[in-house]
Amino acid sequence: MRTAGGIKAAEGIAIGRIRICRASVCDIDDSLTEDTAAELARFEQARIRVQEQQRVLYERARQSAGEESAAIFEAHELMLDDEDLVEACTEIILKQRHRAGYAVQEAFDNAAQMFRDMEDPYFQARSADVVDLKNAMLDVLLGRDTDNEQGTEPFILVAEDLTPSETVKLDKSLLLGFVTREGSASSHTAILARSMNLPALIQCRDISEDWDGKFAILDGYNACLYIEPTQDLVESFTGRRSRDLEKEALLRQLMGASSTTMDGRSVRVFANIGGPDDVDAVLANDAEGVGLFRSEFVYLNSRTDPTEDQQFEAYKRVLKTLAPRQVIIRTCDIGADKTIGYMNLDREENPALGYRAIRICLTRRDFFRRQLRALLRASAFGRLGIMFPMIISLREVRECREILEECRRELEGDGVKISPFEVGIMIETPAAALCADELAEEVDFFSLGTNDLTQYTCAIDRQNAKLEPFSDPHHPAVLRLIRMTVEAARRHNIWVGICGELGADTSLTETFLRMGVDELSVNPGSVLPLRRIIRSLDLSRPVGQALIQEE
Amino acid sequence: MKEFTYTITDPLGLHARPAGLLGREAKKFSSTTTFIRDGRSARVGALMKLMGMGIKQGDTVTVQVEGDDEEACASAVEKFLKENL
Repeated sequence: MRTAGGIKAAEGIAIGRIRICRASVCDIDDSLTEDTAAELARFEQARIRVQEQQRVLYERARQSAGEESAAIFEAHELMLDDEDLVEACTEIILKQRHRAGYAVQEAFDNAAQMFRDMEDPYFQARSADVVDLKNAMLDVLLGRDTDNEQGTEPFILVAEDLTPSETVKLDKSLLLGFVTREGSASSHTAILARSMNLPALIQCRDISEDWDGKFAILDGYNACLYIEPTQDLVESFTGRRSRDLEKEALLRQLMGASSTTMDGRSVRVFANIGGPDDVDAVLANDAEGVGLFRSEFVYLNSRTDPTEDQQFEAYKRVLKTLAPRQVIIRTCDIGADKTIGYMNLDREENPALGYRAIRICLTRRDFFRRQLRALLRASAFGRLGIMFPMIISLREVRECREILEECRRELEGDGVKISPFEVGIMIETPAAALCADELAEEVDFFSLGTNDLTQYTCAIDRQNAKLEPFSDPHHPAVLRLIRMTVEAARRHNIWVGICGELGADTSLTETFLRMGVDELSVNPGSVLPLRRIIRSLDLSRPVGQALIQEE
Repeated sequence: MKEFTYTITDPLGLHARPAGLLGREAKKFSSTTTFIRDGRSARVGALMKLMGMGIKQGDTVTVQVEGDDEEACASAVEKFLKENL
């Protein structure tokens, strides 16, 4: 048995034979030609043919792996429209009298090199796309058969690196997993592997030609490949793999199902997200909405204070894509551990209890108004909820609402369309939980931020590992504050959700449902497991043993 | 000649797909559209060169449109940028 390591790109287990995918090599004819017009026509035909191929690949990828993986083929089609690239090829043919294949190789290699020399990893990765297009052009020009013999036995694919076209041309029904010598976690191979739920190991430096046809186990969880494994290993991984498959099938059944208990109580299972890129995960995990959209990304990803328009575009994109699902966007929660250069915040002795979140927003009104105006403008594109963080008093909520109302009047005065939206607050301080009755009068919903609520209630800094022995995530004081908040919400007929880590703690799900929580917002990956638990509960039965009591 | 500035809001910056679609949009007009930033410039039809400028989120570009239908072309390009980038 031999083992090889690398970097994990996608989790899972694959057991089967290795097939090595070799890059096609060919000699390019560098002789000169008299008939430049004919070579130019061949180039043009090949270009149109490859664009057609890219459209077919786009459709195929869209159906098998979704819009995100397919988008690259549309970009490929557009790249072949590049005026400079076409001009460079034309010149090599007409002026240097070279043949079409040579012109393509020269011009495309130059473009690929330009991308390789760029600093940004996204643009660097585009060199693989140019090389991919070059190969496709040469395949057409040289009349090479591009559909490789694939056989009928499933296999673990081993390659130097895979171009997007290669990955799409592969017969997916035979693929067990990917191992590549090159590639990054954001490469096409990695994205494809994740979207197909197959394990992938990248930057595996030990790849050797003699692996071809050998039996192997790919452990995507630990980024390890076992070549000719022992029988014990095969048995243990076979067991692990079938447990994975069972779990996966079970979760897939829950896609599209409602989050309703056996006795008919429905709860909304939402997802927490950190930016527009997480929208795909919300859809892939069938979350019913977004319970916490941390708007900090617009501030943290920008070198300067983001403009109203920049923010509007980001919020609009998320609301539009997820409509008609509700999206609760939390207003800026910087300060404490999240500081930003251009905000010029002072260093503080005790940042968790310091100048942060709504406290910054209410003193820097222009900054706050920019975000509120962007949110109001975005409201027309979906179902928006606006949520204010770190609230401790009624006065703060009223001030927030007044500023929001001013912004609304201004925008409406300018003829901007604003759709109905909800306004809520985070309950993450003991002060807010204890004043929940008064606060409920002013808002449409509460969302319990249990991480901060726990830290502030127990006076335990959650970043301090030394305090671990003293912390109790189910501390009765925290559960009592949650209950008080839920009861206050009930009395005032507003809805209440949980968006902190406790929301995904399945040992508390029954407790929360019995309290009367309406919504649980968790990481996208926890949505389906949580839905499964909810569907197994029966609240009409007497309180079970497992139920955690706060008394 | 028409000129305006635009700040990229897309987290990936001026990336392949929208940049290519922008080229198609601009092609509907006879005017030439050029992006300028930090002393570098590229016509929008030259996708690789345009991407080669490495324009990131938060970067502000100057857009110049020149030709017979520059008025209409500039407003179409600006609209496309606002909706997609």
